[in-house]
Amino acid sequence: MAVAHGIASGIGGIRAAGDLVARMQVSRGMRLQDAKEYVAGKLGVSVADLADPVVMSEVREDRDLGRVNAVPGLAKGIDAKFRIAELLDIEINCVNVFKKRIGMGK
Amino acid sequence: MSKYMTQMGDGYRAEFTAEEIKTDIEEGTQDAVRRGKIEPLGEEDKRRLFEIVTRPDRSVGVDRGNEVVVSYDSGTTKFNRCNVEVSKLQSLQIYERLLGADTLEFAHIDYSYKPVKPIVVFEQPRFEQALLITIPPLFYGAMPNLGLYSQPDGPCPNPGDLLPKGQIKEARESYEKQIEHSVKDMVYVASRMYEAGADGINFDTTAAAGDAEFYATLKAIETLHKKYPQMCIQMGMASEFVLGMHGELYYDGVRLAGLYPHKQLELAEKVGVRIFGPAINIVTTQSLPWNVARSVTFVKACVEKAKIPIHACMGMGVCGVPLTLSVPVDALTRASKAMVDITRLDGL
Repeated sequence: MAVAHGIASGIGGIRAAGDLVARMQVSRGMRLQDAKEYVAGKLGVSVADLADPVVMSEVREDRDLGRVNAVPGLAKGIDAKFRIAELLDIEINCVNVFKKRIGMGK
Repeated sequence: MSKYMTQMGDGYRAEFTAEEIKTDIEEGTQDAVRRGKIEPLGEEDKRRLFEIVTRPDRSVGVDRGNEVVVSYDSGTTKFNRCNVEVSKLQSLQIYERLLGADTLEFAHIDYSYKPVKPIVVFEQPRFEQALLITIPPLFYGAMPNLGLYSQPDGPCPNPGDLLPKGQIKEARESYEKQIEHSVKDMVYVASRMYEAGADGINFDTTAAAGDAEFYATLKAIETLHKKYPQMCIQMGMASEFVLGMHGELYYDGVRLAGLYPHKQLELAEKVGVRIFGPAINIVTTQSLPWNVARSVTFVKACVEKAKIPIHACMGMGVCGVPLTLSVPVDALTRASKAMVDITRLDGL
């Protein structure tokens, strides 16, 4: 089910920019088209690029937003979310919780 | 006369002529119109659905550019249900890195808020760990599952025993007591998981036990939204129609019994839901085109009036997906494509 829906209809998660578009729905309740345009604008790519894993792999690697393949030194979890919060200008709950734990947050 | 292979609502293969498929699409959309008092699919939508159903391809996909956010409820329990021994953290990594999931969901194997309450302290640290190693938005999810609050599983008299005896007043009192218990559990668990760092909380299969469960979930969400205004709350419904098991419950002046998705959405938006998931029942004795036409009609009515993202629930047995454990790929991808390309919703 997950595989079939993902292939038929999904943006592609961190293979492309699916997680980033989802972030705007989760953080601000944006409708899909608005979320896609917002993310594309922040990344400096076209809306069509958001579901393209070749383009997005390069963009994600350049901006260190985390990508599927295991690349030494690249962000793999919370470090990627710190950058995503900054890039998209949103609050990410676990990033704020993490900052608080290490004495950086409010 | 040539025939097209498709499926029935139970997933079994069946062959239909072009005229039979067109008739089923028309009757499917009209069934939704009659029940929901909503607009039917237009001629272009029906033509498009016919084309999707009759394509020779085994699997199909949405038009380029129409891709949507795909979220997965109960993500950490699905592999275990198939006897695959992976941990919750590994499950999330598989969804994230191998399946291309746009959002993730952490859940307890007994997927209801009540059983999570006593083990929430064991859920939190693993959830915190999951947040450190994953990138997409991570939800905590469970079902309101009001059935667990009546005897023999819970403290309240069972309305299923009381109603056949004509004890309607007592049954209603029991439902009202169950609402109190379940709201406390939902607010408690959701608060703990949000404070652990969750991006959002998913209330899945909402109103499975009818209007009392819908009331309890709305109440819990209203409380959580006031407590944590930034919390993303996702509400996935159990079915297209809120059963009037209590019958006299009102929320903000709206009677809950009998609400169809576009009306459920209005209340969801009012209490602070940020992503709404309509669920449309499958009629197993009707064809795939009939079921998809009907589901798409209901969901399109939601999409057109929504201010928040709409993620249709498209698991087995809802929103056009046949009711069978092993869903044929051709049926599933047709339901998926039709839902996205015709309704232009925000996610699945």
